[in-house]
Amino acid sequence: MPSTEVPRGNGGETPKPPATTPATIADVTPSTPAIAPAAQVPAVPIETGWKRSLANTLAFARRRMTGDYQVDDFGYDPDFTDNVIVPPLKVLYEKWFRIETIGMENIPDTGGALLVANHSGTVAVDALMTAVAVREHHPMKRPLRMLGADLVFSTPFLGPINRKAGNTLACNPDAERLLSMGELVSVFPEGFKGVGKPYSQRYKLQRFGRGGFVTAALNTGMPIIPVSIVGAEEIYPLIGNIKPLARALGFPYFPVTPTFPLLGPLGAIPLPSKWIIEFGEPIPTDIYAESAADDPMVVFNLTDRVRETIQQTLYRLLLRRGHPFLG
Amino acid sequence: MAGLIVLVTGVTRYIGSALAGRLAEHPMVDRVIGVDAALPEPAARARMGAADFARVDIRNPLVARVIEAAGVDTVVHASASSTPASSAARSMAKEMNVLGTMQLLAACQRSESVRHLIVRSTGAVYGASSRDPAIFTEQMSARSVPSSGPGRDAIDIEAYVRGFGRRRPDVRIAVPRLADVIGPTVVTPLTRYFALSPVVPMVLGRDARLQLVHETDAVGVLEHLAVGDFSGTVNVAGDGTITLAQAIHRAGRIPLPVPSLSLDGLSRVMRTVRMGGFSPSQVKLLSAGRVLDTTRLRERVGYLPRFTTVEAFDDFAASLRPVLGPETVRRVEVRLAGALGARPMPDVAELVALAPAGGSALEAADADAGAPADDAARSDNDFSAPGDEQTYGRPRLVGITGDAAGAPRRRRTR
Repeated sequence: MPSTEVPRGNGGETPKPPATTPATIADVTPSTPAIAPAAQVPAVPIETGWKRSLANTLAFARRRMTGDYQVDDFGYDPDFTDNVIVPPLKVLYEKWFRIETIGMENIPDTGGALLVANHSGTVAVDALMTAVAVREHHPMKRPLRMLGADLVFSTPFLGPINRKAGNTLACNPDAERLLSMGELVSVFPEGFKGVGKPYSQRYKLQRFGRGGFVTAALNTGMPIIPVSIVGAEEIYPLIGNIKPLARALGFPYFPVTPTFPLLGPLGAIPLPSKWIIEFGEPIPTDIYAESAADDPMVVFNLTDRVRETIQQTLYRLLLRRGHPFLG
Repeated sequence: MAGLIVLVTGVTRYIGSALAGRLAEHPMVDRVIGVDAALPEPAARARMGAADFARVDIRNPLVARVIEAAGVDTVVHASASSTPASSAARSMAKEMNVLGTMQLLAACQRSESVRHLIVRSTGAVYGASSRDPAIFTEQMSARSVPSSGPGRDAIDIEAYVRGFGRRRPDVRIAVPRLADVIGPTVVTPLTRYFALSPVVPMVLGRDARLQLVHETDAVGVLEHLAVGDFSGTVNVAGDGTITLAQAIHRAGRIPLPVPSLSLDGLSRVMRTVRMGGFSPSQVKLLSAGRVLDTTRLRERVGYLPRFTTVEAFDDFAASLRPVLGPETVRRVEVRLAGALGARPMPDVAELVALAPAGGSALEAADADAGAPADDAARSDNDFSAPGDEQTYGRPRLVGITGDAAGAPRRRRTR
C-alpha cells in the first residue's frame, strides 16, 4: 500500500465513534420490528398476534445463529437481554411479587447516575427486580448496569449471562467508566453481608463496604440515588447457614430456608412477598471539590448519609406495606 | 534531516514483511532492512517491496554489525511477542521472543546510531481473569500475572525494554500492545482455531469478549509509530468487541461447548479423526475476555484503526468457507415459519448484504404465506415511495442503495 498519507487516520477519514453506547445499539438491533421502517422493506407485511411473536422468536434465533447482534465493550447484549433475560423476570415482577415503584421520576432521563440499594433475600433477586423496574417502567426504559461480586463473574454460565445483561465487576475503573459514558449504574454496597444475613436481621442495613461507590460518584460528579427495596427479605427467609458446606463449595454462605434444602428443587421457588421499591431524591456529588474523592471525611460522610437515607426509607416503607405477603 | 534508516525484524511473517514494504515507500524513510533467521517466502518477499533483506538471526551478535554498518537509527522489533503459527513450537517461540529481544536490545544499546525503538508487545500482558476490570488502560497491570505463555513472555520483554530505556534515555521507545491480530493473510493459532470445521470447540459456560485488530491496522500502527514521535506504551485494538460464540457463528461455524476438563480429550480425538487440531490451552485462554482501552491510541498517537473488531473478523471470515452461512439459516427460518403458518420477519440485513438473493428470499416468504401474499405484496408496493417498485423488481439495486445507507452486514470486498 502506498504510504503517501503519513499521519494515517488523521487525514480524510472521519474518526469512528468510540465504543457504541447501548442506546445506539438498541436502535440498530432489529429487536422491535413493530417500528421497523416499512420504507426499507416494502413488500413484507408484518404479522400480528401469536404469529408475530413466533416470527420474532424465529428471527431472534436466526440472529443468534448468524452472530448478527452487537455487544458493547462490557459485553452488554441488548438483543439477548430483551428477548431472553427480561421476559421471565417481568412475569416474576408483575405477577409474583406485584412490585410497586415510588419515585421513578428521580431517575434522570439521560446521563449517568449511581443507584445505591440495600441488598437482601439470600439470592440476589432484588438486583434483578430493580433492573426490570428501571428497564420496563422508567419512561425512557433505560438499561441498568449493575456491579457484581467477582464470584459472579468467575462462575461458569452466571458470568457470561451477567456480562450479556450489561453487568460488570464491582470495581472503581468499571464503575467510573460506565458513569462517564452516561449510564445508570447500580451498586449494592452491603454485598454478601446483605444477601446472606439471617431472617432475624431483616431490614437492618449491614456495613456499607469501604465507600468505593462514593469515590466513583465523586470522581465522575454523578448523582447518587438511594434505592430502598422492601419485600426481598421474605422471598427466601434465611434461617440457617451450613458453614462447612459453604467453605467446601467456595460460597460465601450455604443457605437453609424453610423450604431449602428440605424440598429440594422446590425450595428454589421464592415466597410471593409484596414488594415496594423506592427511588429516593438524588444526592448531588458535583458540588464537592475536585479532590473530594481523596478526602476520607467527605467519603465517610456521604456513605453514612446514603445509608441513613435508605434505612429510614425502609422503616417507612415497611409501615406502609403492612403484611409481608398480602401487602 | 536525512531520512530514516529502519531495521525491521521478523520479515518472514506477514506483519514484518508488510511493514518493511510500507516503510520502504514512506517519504521520510531512506532505507529499510528486513532481517529474519530464515529466508522469506516469495509472497513475503513481494510484500517487502523495495526493502532490503539480511538473513540474520537476531539472537546472533551479527545483528549488531548490521545495525552498525547500515547506520540504523530506527529499530522496529515486529517479531517480539508474535504468536507462533505452530503451537508445537512453544519453547522455540519463547526462545525467539524473549532471548531474541534481549540480544536485539543489547545490540541497540551498543549502537551509537539508534534513536528510535519500537517493540511490538501484546494485550496479553494484562492477563485476563474474572477479577480484572472489564477494560484495560495502559496504566493497569495484570491482577493475575500469567505464569506462562505469550503473556508471560511479553511481560518479560517489556521489562527488558524498560531496562534498556533506563540505560539509553536518549532513545525514543514506543511499545504498542496489540490485541489479537486477525485478517485474511495472517496465520496465527487464532485464525486456525476459527478455521476448524464444522464445529469449533469452546469452554462450556464461558463466552468471553474478544477484541481484535486487523492485520493492516497492525502494520499501519507500527509504521505510524516508527515515523512518529510518540514514546511510551499504547494499546492497539479495533473498536468494539465480539463474543467468542458470536465470532464462531459469524464465521459460519457451530460452537461446541465442552467442559474445560474434556478439552484435552476432544483435542486428541479430533486430531485422530483428522478434523484439525487445536490447542486446549489456547481455547482456555480464549475463554477469559480482555478488552483494551484505545483512547491513547486515538488521542495521543493519532492513529484511528480502520477496521472495528467486528469488521476485522468479518474480513477474515470472508476468507473461510462457511458451513452454516447466514443464507442457510435464513432459509431454515423461512421454511420453519412457513410450516408453522406465520410469515417470517423481514431481514433488512439480508436485503442489504445479499442483494442478489434478497428478492428470491422475499418471494419464498410470500409463497410460503399462501395466496393472499401476492396481493399484500402488491398493495404494499403501492404504499411505498416511487422508485421502490423498480428497486424491488431489480434486487441488485437494493444492495447498492443499502450499501449507500451504510449498513453492510459483511464485508466481502477484499
